[in-house]
Formats: sequence, structure tokens, C-alpha cells
Amino acid sequence: MSSPVSTAPAAAPVAAPAAVPHPARDAWRMFLRSRAALAGTLLLACIVAVALFGPMVYDADPFAIVAAPQTAPGDPDAWLGTDQLGRDVLAGLVYGGRASLAVGVVAAVLSALIGLTAGALAGYYGGGVDEALTRVMEFFQVLPALLFAMVLVTLFSPSLTTISLAIGITSWTATARLTRAEFMRLRDLDFVRAERAIGAGNARIIWRVILPNALPPLVVSGTMAIGSAILFEAGLSFLGLGDPNRMSWGLMIGSARPYLLTCWWAVVFPGLAIFASVLSISLIGDGLNDALNPKLRER
Amino acid sequence: MDNLLALLRKACHAALLTLAVVVLNFLLIRLAPGDPVETIAGSMGGITDELRAQLRSQYGLDQPLPVQLATYVKHVLHGDLGYSYFFNLPVSGLIAERVPATLLLVLASVAVAFVLGTALGVLASRKPHGPLSQAITVLSMTGHAAPVFWSGMMLVILFASVWPILPVSDMHSMTSDGQGLAAVLDVAWHMVLPTFTLSLVYLAQYSRLSRASMLEVLGSDYIRTARAKGLSEHHVLYHHALRNALLPVVTVLGLQFGNVVAGAILVETVFNWPGLGRLAFDSILRRDYPTVLGVLLFSAIVVVLMNQLTDALYRLIDPRIRA
Repeated sequence: MSSPVSTAPAAAPVAAPAAVPHPARDAWRMFLRSRAALAGTLLLACIVAVALFGPMVYDADPFAIVAAPQTAPGDPDAWLGTDQLGRDVLAGLVYGGRASLAVGVVAAVLSALIGLTAGALAGYYGGGVDEALTRVMEFFQVLPALLFAMVLVTLFSPSLTTISLAIGITSWTATARLTRAEFMRLRDLDFVRAERAIGAGNARIIWRVILPNALPPLVVSGTMAIGSAILFEAGLSFLGLGDPNRMSWGLMIGSARPYLLTCWWAVVFPGLAIFASVLSISLIGDGLNDALNPKLRER
Repeated sequence: MDNLLALLRKACHAALLTLAVVVLNFLLIRLAPGDPVETIAGSMGGITDELRAQLRSQYGLDQPLPVQLATYVKHVLHGDLGYSYFFNLPVSGLIAERVPATLLLVLASVAVAFVLGTALGVLASRKPHGPLSQAITVLSMTGHAAPVFWSGMMLVILFASVWPILPVSDMHSMTSDGQGLAAVLDVAWHMVLPTFTLSLVYLAQYSRLSRASMLEVLGSDYIRTARAKGLSEHHVLYHHALRNALLPVVTVLGLQFGNVVAGAILVETVFNWPGLGRLAFDSILRRDYPTVLGVLLFSAIVVVLMNQLTDALYRLIDPRIRA
């Protein structure tokens, strides 16, 4: 390609093609440009910081009785009041965040791993493998996840581990469906064929060739899955099926439920904490979606 | 003919899926640690070995597992779900007693979410950046992020102490005689808050989804053609665009039916709604396994049927999909 207007002095070094930014950096810039996504990130950072470092600053036992039952917020012994037993609501919020967030992340990672693997295998191999895995997905889709997880947790006694496992096992189908569709779309495209032609094995094609290209929507759904898992854990703990030895936001709401009308603060504050966590994750997920999906950028 | 065959195949498929649910759940519960007889013994406050052996044979627990499974499946196929360990009553009867309340709540919530959600979405799509669109964005964010049991409890606070115009608990008034139009209105009155709570999450989601899909459809060529032909805006919107814009909403609705049933468990707890969710919850805590299995089976059947229904709805909306 000859360029008659090329007037660049010969002495100048051949610059790298800086005009084409790396797609990841490009997406990052888009993400930073969204105010909602930034607000979400900031909010989540605060919540995570409180959950991680809060217990170091605010040394308390969330199960200990610190004041009279149903002390209203504003008391010097309990700024956010106490619940029906006299336990400090603020301590519950600070310590409960660890359980809620940890279960959310672990369960989301687990469900993403199961969903990715199942979806990738089904979408890539098709045929009998797809048929078999689709049947398994259908099985999990017809059983209401919460109900099934309740049974699993009760059968294997509630602890943070069994709860995370139960949530992961019952909520992977959405990721699997998405992954399957992406793999089906990509598996016969030219760049995959080219890779196959130069002798790449199936494992390499699945994990190194197709997966990176299928990743953007999966990153978004994985992010959203953390929020769903936090809500899921809250639901289980609310019903009394959480780990009874670990304070969590859902447990606080569930145990204060009968006293809702006389002791609203023990229900409202932990609920706000769950709400803020899930909201911040949704905002981040939305921001990622806009940043990673070039088609949406014009809107 | 082809249609009939396809329908038959689908029904077969659904039946097999349900059978798989029966078998796998049975195995899961039997293979889990813990002996059902010990659970019954615990609830009776300690029993003799003789009674223990008697219970074991009464519930067929002394048989080898494959025999137990075969017996259970055979009974289920005959509509017999076994006896509850706790109530000592047929499980099918216990479930039948609770089903109407749950179905009423679930169907009403889905209907409200679907109709109101799409209506809001369509309205918002007329002005993609108008106030309604922004309200829907905010609503869908908050609707998704608030735990359904918590938003229910916030409504309880609002309507119990701040603005007491709606009942916040139970399905009937104490004074209701359970007959005639008055009773129907009474139930409807009690349904308002639980239904609104359960539908809120989906209402938010469907309004956002239908707005997006409406915007996409309105940008397509055939809509431009319809407008160029001089059709009225009303006709273009409701006869041409809406049909296609509804498809993604129906798809999501079908996929989420299991979640709605699960959400009903939480909402029923908050509002003391006498439905299946509370039976499920109580039975799980009491380790009343025949009842748990029955509830799992029943909710699976409901979800399967609803999936068939959404399938049918999909076909009705989009005649391009056949077989």
C-alpha cells in the first residue's frame, strides 16, 4: 500500500500501532466513563472494606448481649439499636457481612465453574454430549432452586461450605445456557477452523481459543451471579437454614421477623446492607455489560 | 399430524423429566446421612427398639434400596405419595390442601408482572429517555437488589403501623364465613400485598426487558414499512411491534417460573400465607421426607406444565415457530 502523502521523516522510529488500543484497556476506559458503574464500584469497595477490616476496628461479638432487648437506635451502647435479645445490630452488620459476601463469592465462582464447563462441553461437542447435558440442565431448571437448596442444606447440615455448595449446585444453569449458546456460535467460525487445521486439540480449542472470545457476556453474568448468590444465601438464612453459628444479614432479618413491628431497626438495617451489596454488584455488572459489548456503546 | 406428533413427543419428554425428578430426589434423600426412623423417634421423644422396628417395616425402610425405590415410583405413578411422618396423613392430601393458596399467589403475581411489566415497557419505549424510562431503570435495579422477603417486610411495616388500610397477614379474615362473594373479595383483599411483593422483582425485570426489546423492534425495517404504508401509530405499535417485542419476555418468563415458585416460599413466610411453601419449609425442618419429596415433585410438575404453557404461548405469538 503506497502512500503518496507520507511525509514522515525517515529518521522517526517506526511507532507501534498506537491507534488501536487493547480491547481490555478500551473496555476499562468505557467502564470508568460510566457514572453508575463507578458509583457501584465505590459502594462495593466500602462494603467489602467494612466486612474485611470492620471486625478489626469494631471489636465485638455479634452474638453477645450488650444492652436491653429492643433498644432503639442512638443508644451509646448500641448505635443502631439492639435486637429482640439485646444483641448489637451494628456488630451484626459488620460481622454478618463476611458470611454473606463470602458465600456470595464462593457460590458464584462454583456455579460459574459448573456452568462454564457444562455449557462449553455441550456447545462445543454437540450431539450426544449436548443432549445429555441439556437433560441435566432441564432437571435443575424444573426444581425450584431455593427449595432444592433448602433440602440439600438440611440433609448435609448447614454450614457456610454446604450453603455455598448448595447454591452453586442449584444455580448454574443460566451460565451453562449462555456458555452453550456462545460456544455453538463460535465453534465453526474461521478462526477456530484455522486453529483446528494447524492441529490444535479439542482441549486447547475449548479453553484457549473459544473461551476467551466467549468471555465478555460470561464475565457479566458471573458478576451478576454474585449478587444472586448473596440474595440466595440471605433467603436461606432468613428461613433459618443458614449456618446458626455464623452471623449473617439474612439470619438477622429472619430472627427479628416476629418482632418486626416493635423492633424495625433489626430488620431494616441488615436488609439495607443486602440491598446495597446487590445493587452495587448490579451496577458494576451493567457497567461491564456496556463496556464489553461494543454494540451497546452508541446508546 | 406433524403437530400432534410433536406435541406427543413433548409430553413424553416432560413425563420422563418428571420421573427423573422422582427417582433422583428419592435417591438423594435416602443416600444422605441420617436415618428417617431416628428422626421420627426424635419427634416422639425416644422410643423402644420394637416400635423402631415396627416403624421401619411400616414405612418400608427395612427393604433394600432398589426395592424401596421401585415401590415408591410405583406408588407415585398411582398418585400415592406416601404418608407424612409428622402428620401421619397422606402426603397427596396435605399438598392438595395447600396448593390452591400457592397457585393463586404464583399465578396472580406472574400475571401482574407480565401484564403491568410489558405495559410499562411499551409506554416507556415511546420516549426512550423520558421520565418513565428512567423510572423503569431505577425500579428494575432496586427491584432486583432488594431481597423479596425484606421488601415484603417493609410493606408490612408500612401497612401495619403507618397506613393500616390493607391486611398484612393470613388469607382470610377471622370474621369471614368462607362463603359467597364476600369471601372471594376477602381473599382478594388479603392477596394484594403478597402478590405485589412477589411480582415486584419480575415486574421490574419485564418492564426493562420489554422496553429494550420494543426499542429494538421499533428500529427494524418492517416497522418502517408499516409506517410508510400510512398505518396508524396505534396499529403499528400494538399489532406489528408488540407481538415480536413480547417474545423475549415470554422466554424469560418460562425460564423463571421455578424462581417464582421459590420466591413464593419466602413471601408466604412473611405474610403467613397458608400455602405449599410453608408446608415445604416446615417439612424440611422436621425431616418429614415423604412430604418433602411430594412437594418437590409437585413443584417440578407445576414448572414443567408452565414451561409447556409458555411454549404454547410462544407459538401463539410467533406463528413462524412450528413443531
